[in-house]
Parts: sequence; C-alpha cells; structure tokens
Amino acid sequence: MTPAITMSPAPPRKFQIDTRFVGPILISAILVIGHLFFGILEDWRKTVACFSTSIIIEMAIGYFIVGRLPHLASAWVGGISCGILVRSPEWWPYLVAPCIAILSKYVIRLHGRHLWNPSNFAVAALLLIAPQTVASLSIQWGNHVLPMMIIWLFGGVIVYRLNRFHISGTYVLFFFLFAALRALLSDDVSPLLIRFQQEIAPITGPMYQLFVLFMITDPKTTMHSKKGQTIVAFLVAGMECVLRYFGPRMGLDHIATHAPYYALTIMGPSSNLLEILWNRKAKAPTAGITPTPAVA
Amino acid sequence: MTPVIPPKWKQAVVTLAFIGLLWGSVELNKKNVRSANGPTKADPQAVERYGFKLEDVAKASGIDFVHQPPKLDPKLAPIQERIADMGAAIAVCDFDKDGWQDLYFTNSFEDSKNVLYRNLGDGKFEEVAGKLGIADVNKTGTGVSMGALWGDINNDGWDDLLVYKWGVTQLFISNQGKSFTDVTATANLPKWMNTNTASLLDYDSDGNVDILMCGYFNEKIDLWNLTSTDIMPDSLEYATNGTPKHLLRNLGGGKFEDVTEKVGLLKNAWTLASIAADLRGTGYPDIFLANDYGKAEMWRNDGGKRFTDIGKEAVTQQPKSGMNAVMGDIYNDGRLSIQVSNIWEDNLLQQGNNVWVPKDGNKPGQLLYENQANALGLENGGWSFGAQFGDLNNDGTQDMYLVNGYISLDQKLSYWYDYAKFSVGNGTLIRKAENWPAVRGRSLSGYQQKRVWTNDGAGRFQEVGQAIGATDLYDGRAVALVDLWNRGVLDVVTANQRGPVLVYKNTVKPGRHWIKVNVTGSSKVNRSAIGAMVTVHWAGMKQTQVLSAGTGFCAQNDHRLHFGLGETVNVDKIEIRWPGGKLQTLVNPKVDSTVEVVERTAS
Repeated sequence: MTPAITMSPAPPRKFQIDTRFVGPILISAILVIGHLFFGILEDWRKTVACFSTSIIIEMAIGYFIVGRLPHLASAWVGGISCGILVRSPEWWPYLVAPCIAILSKYVIRLHGRHLWNPSNFAVAALLLIAPQTVASLSIQWGNHVLPMMIIWLFGGVIVYRLNRFHISGTYVLFFFLFAALRALLSDDVSPLLIRFQQEIAPITGPMYQLFVLFMITDPKTTMHSKKGQTIVAFLVAGMECVLRYFGPRMGLDHIATHAPYYALTIMGPSSNLLEILWNRKAKAPTAGITPTPAVA
Repeated sequence: MTPVIPPKWKQAVVTLAFIGLLWGSVELNKKNVRSANGPTKADPQAVERYGFKLEDVAKASGIDFVHQPPKLDPKLAPIQERIADMGAAIAVCDFDKDGWQDLYFTNSFEDSKNVLYRNLGDGKFEEVAGKLGIADVNKTGTGVSMGALWGDINNDGWDDLLVYKWGVTQLFISNQGKSFTDVTATANLPKWMNTNTASLLDYDSDGNVDILMCGYFNEKIDLWNLTSTDIMPDSLEYATNGTPKHLLRNLGGGKFEDVTEKVGLLKNAWTLASIAADLRGTGYPDIFLANDYGKAEMWRNDGGKRFTDIGKEAVTQQPKSGMNAVMGDIYNDGRLSIQVSNIWEDNLLQQGNNVWVPKDGNKPGQLLYENQANALGLENGGWSFGAQFGDLNNDGTQDMYLVNGYISLDQKLSYWYDYAKFSVGNGTLIRKAENWPAVRGRSLSGYQQKRVWTNDGAGRFQEVGQAIGATDLYDGRAVALVDLWNRGVLDVVTANQRGPVLVYKNTVKPGRHWIKVNVTGSSKVNRSAIGAMVTVHWAGMKQTQVLSAGTGFCAQNDHRLHFGLGETVNVDKIEIRWPGGKLQTLVNPKVDSTVEVVERTAS
C-alpha cells in the first residue's frame, strides 16, 4: 500500500558553507577589516605570501603523503594566523612559519593525531630559534573599545556555534582569576586594582583575540571530551600564569612576554599525549584474557 | 609505470624537510645576531680598516657637562624615568664668529643651567653661557629645556638662539656674539608647549627665518602640576591624543605671527623630529615629521601659502616610534633619502629604522619613497634616538652615526616584560600614567652599543661602531657632526640623558680629501641661508646636502656643509640652490678648504 503522503527529500540548498570554513572566513574578515581601518598588517604582501605558502604546502605535502588533496581549512587559518602573529622585518619567517606549521602536522604525530596546534608550534618555534629576527604581534589595533568588543562578540558567537565556547570561556575566566592572583603576589606598590588592570591589559589587545578564539579552540589539537577540553583550557591559563610570574624573575622576559604561545605549546600536546595513552590503555585487553600469540 | 614510494620514505622526506626548516631558520637568524651589549674596545687597526677612528676627548677638552632630567609631578613618580626621558640636546654654532665651532647643551632639571662651550681652538673649551645670559632658562615654573637651535632670526649677521622646552620657549637675540637679549616676552611665541622638536625654515621664502615647533605631550598639560594622569598616548601605534604644531612666521624685529591655521598645518601628533628641505625644487621647503605613536607626516609646501599633508602617499608605512629625521644623499645621485629612528629589541619589538629612499621613476616634483632600511643594513639600531648622515671617513659617501639606549638603570633588572605586557592594552587603560607598572630602578633597553655605519656607496652599510671607538653605553639622545678643530673631518658630539656629553675626536686615514661649503644669504635669502641645497660634483659623482637648522633628534650640526672626496683632488663644480630657487655655481673650487659662498645679489 502506498502511503497517502510521501516524504520527498529536502531540496538541496543553493549555497551552503562547509562549517569547517566558518572559522577561517571569520579570521579573514577580521584581518581585512582590521587592515582597512587600522592598517594592522606591517606589510600585506608578507601576509599574502604566508597564506599562499600555507595553502600550497598543505596541498603538496598532503598529496605527497596520502595521495589526495587535503581539506584546506586548517592551512587557511594557519596561514593567516602565522601571517598576523609573526612580526619580522625579514621576508623569510613569513615563508618558513607556514611551512613549519604544515609539516609539523605530518611529522610530529602519534596514533594518527598531530600533537601541536600547527601555527602555535610554528610561532613558538621561531620565537625560540630565531629571536633576533622574529617577534610576535604586540601592537594594538587602534586601541578603541568598540572594534575590540565587536570582535569578541562575533568571535564568541562563532565559537559557540562550533561548540567550542567552553574552551574559550574557561580560558578567559581563568586568565582573569590568575591575573588577580598575580596582582595579589606582585611586588609593585600600586593599589591592587591598578595591579589587576596591569595584569589583564594583555587580554584587551589583539593577539589574545586570535589566540582565544582561533588557536586554543583548534579541534585537532585538543582533547576530544568536553571535560578534557575544559581542563586543557584551564591548564593553558595556569601555565601561562606560571610563565608570566616566574619568567621576569628569572630574567626570561621574552618567555613571559610570549607566555600564551609557550603555555599552549607545553600544555596542548601534553594533554593530547595523555589522552592517547588513556585511550590505548582503555582499548588494551583486559586482565585474564590471554592474547593470541604472535606468529613466530 | 609510476614508481610507488613507500610510506616510510615519504615520511622520512617530510621529516628531513621539517628538520631542515628549523635548522635553516637558525642559520638565517644569525645575520641579525649582534654581540651582547656591554663594554668593548676599539680595533687598533681601525683607521687602516675603516678609514677612521673616534676617541672621546670631552674631559681633556674641559667639557664636563652632565645632563640632569626633570623631576615632574609626584603623581608620575612610579614611572618618572619613562616620562622624563628626553632633554639632552646639542646645538652647534660659531656664535662669536671667531672661526671655531662652539657647543650649546641643554639641561632639564628644574633651575639647572644650560651651557655654552666656547671653542678656544687649541683643543680646549670654556663655558660662557652664564656670562652671555643664555644659561638660566630652566627656572622653576617656566619648564625645562628639551632642545635649542641657532639661526639669524633678525638677519643682522649674528646667530640668535631659540631654546624650546616643556614649558615656555625662549628666544635670545645676539648682541654681536658678546651677549644675548631675551625677547621671549615680546616675540609672540606659544605660551606653553611640551615641545620636543623645532626647526628653523623660511617657509614662504621671504628672506626671514620662521620657526616650526612640534609638541609631544599635549600643550594643555603642565607636567609639574597635573590635575589628572590622563596624559599618555591612547595607543602606542595609533595615538589620537597628540598635540598641535605651531608654525610661527617671522614678522621681523624679533616678532612672530602664528600662521598654523592659515597654512593648514593642522594635525595633532606626538612629534619628536622635524626637518625641512626643498625636496621638489619649487623654492619652498617641504616638511617631514617623525612621530612617536603614529605615522610620519610629510607636508608639501604649496608656494609658501599652504601646506598639504601627503604623508599617506609619500611614505606608505606602518605606524612606528619615530624619534629622528635626517636627510642624506646615500647613493651620491643628488636625491635625498630620509632616515627615521625607531625601536628594535630582539624578540620583543622589532620596529626597525626606516630609510625612505625616493622611488626610481618619480616624476619631477613627485614625492614617493620606499623604505630600504633592511636592504641597506640600517634597520637595527636598538632603541634608537638621534642619528646623522655625514662622511665620517672622507671616502666620498655619507655614513651614519646613531645613538641609542632608552633607560639604563639596574643592569640586571629589566622593565621590558612589564612594558610589553601593559603597552598592548586598550587605550582606556594605557592613557593614564597611574596605570603603568612602576619602573622601580629597572632598565629598559639600556646600556646599548652605539651604531656607526660606513657606506660602501653601492647601497650597503657596514656597522663598525665598536671597532672605530664609539664604545660608550650611555642613553644617547642627540648627536651632532661638526669639524671642531677645522681639520677637514667630522667630529662627533653626543648628548646623553642623565649622562655626560661626549666629544669624539675623529682621526681619518691620511690621503683623503674634502671640501666644506659655508653659505650665507644676503638680499633675498635669510642670512643663515637655512634651506640652501648644495651639490658638489667630482669625479663623475655628485652629492647633495641641505643646510638645516634642526636636523635629527634635538640636534643641530655644523653650519658648514662637509663633503668627503676620497682620493680625488679636483672638484668640478659646486651648485647652490638658494631658498627661493635661485641657482649659483662655482667652478673648480679648491679642495681641502672651506669655500665661502655668499648669495649673489646681481640677477
């Protein structure tokens, strides 16, 4: 019997954005608007070179290793991130950074997963091994409150829709709490409120907008469970606090200044590694069952 | 059949490429690695290797002046060193026309005295500022000195003195070099400005020297009596709370009219250096301004009636921390490039210096520049302040001397982290001085090695500062080049914040020739001939220099323009383009001498 009403498949949408491109599109929009209104890019040609290199290397290496073209969302966001975050008077860091980022995904792997956020790894690596040539984004984008609020608002909505808001939210919450802790421990003689303002100042700058919205939320380099992701965000904020507090006291101003990059570089892969090991342990044969002996 | 590469081999290839990238980055970085800051010794073979050497003879010459910074409102005490970070300046002049160049230095502590060292010509100097009435200019309540300029304001043949200040700028008219009369009260200068740069120029080519003054902190702020600490820039890159500039037209008789609005010179900024030159051959000087916390400005002079800001097109750029502006013909092709000092701290803030070179293919009158600092090797000067172009080794090309170092306090403690942490914050936070982390005796880019670059004439500069003897580590602010003992070489004088004045006597390799040109206006040109463009032609080359009153950060060079000639003993001709545009030529002048050129009055 034929049913009286038949369900026909929904007509295909004329235009649909792959959700994996939402982040890259947003970061690109921020970049374009930021440059048009505030001229945020030291040299837009360098950023274009960085982005192009990232896309080309991803395609080339992906094809070379797995025999097909990979999805380009990661290379897109990585190329732009490196192009914004790397600051150098030379050209070569803008070409090398995306190469290091992309290659790190294929080289530093464990059980099919890459451990580091690629652009975070590239920026942190260049800051460490090429300190006389490379710095990171440290300027303000005009220092106006409104654009900052708009970026946080839109970025927050996008991150929420991508189900990643808990990561950004946890990090920001603990950044403020740890800032309060550092203010309490500070040996500056200013009133506590001013010391707190000094500690939260960095998060009002542009670098953190990229870091919080796009770097620590990278799906490939954070733990799979929501709880795990929240813990990692907390740990990154905690490690950053440690580096910020002890760095200057140990004469490591450059480490403290770039604390968020190094904190993510340390805590991100560590937690991934733990997750991989836990998963392996969970999948391992339980006690009492004798594994099938290998063929000699 | 396509060969199949095993996955392990593919992985090995990618891994090797990855390692290669990291190794390559380390190698590429080595180009920018400098020896650690700290004391060094000069190369005993410097003269042979680099063509010259420098030796500090300040104390031996009787110059023992030490700059003192101001003590500002107690509300600024936690960051006093950050705010009171300028004021050491130099102005060179032969004030008594005895043929020896004299040196005026500013001081910045309340009730401290500025000094004028009269050059006795025998290697010694005597301090005469008090005797002449130009020492006591930092009286409490009137502000303190930031810089000074010499120029013949009243065209009587004797250079007068302008002392610009955080406070009340003062003008002294020379009584034939025997004393000075303070005409501030009647000159109609701005009542109060926090001035950090001034230039003398004849903007309308009427034969009278006018004054351009540019401020740093807003002119409404009295740094000794603050009602609020909301005095800092609201952005370290795009500050919107700068202060107006003032162009003062010389009416004659020691009186001035503020024509800033009339000529359209309307833009607020945090300006630290200004320079004027007729860059388009119109007979009227254009103006370039180096701004801290923002972009540089270039103002086109439209016939002495209006100025048009063409900075956006002329020097397309990121905002940086402009602290110096000098012009030099670095390619010996008659084109003037503009150097702007900025801040470089490895790994933290790499705002390299700019060298704006006129673009190839510029049409006549077109001002388009490109930054070639990196390619030239002039980019990394540390926390750079004053710099000057000049032929230090008389090889026929313009070299560069740059002073640097911001705050040298406790060498083991750094303020950089706190500075970097807070400076990226939002404008609402950073514009209030009370919010800034206290300095607490820490250094910020202190104890830096000075940079001296020699020019190979082919577009590459070599840094030789330590080797040739520029080994001091003071917080340099101003540098001036002057032939102190009329030997045909450029000696180097530096003024250091909270530090002593240094007089580096220059010894140049024998056999190198030179010529100096001393220009004087007579009828239609101001007597100081400020703004004259002098081009020397020799051995198929030509080099152009502009006579500026105020060039580089808070500095003024020798009035006599110095040209090294290398081993050449013949100069083909000297061309002078006077303010107003009139040309005058001298053929086959004598080398190894100072050529006196007076504006020809006959048409």
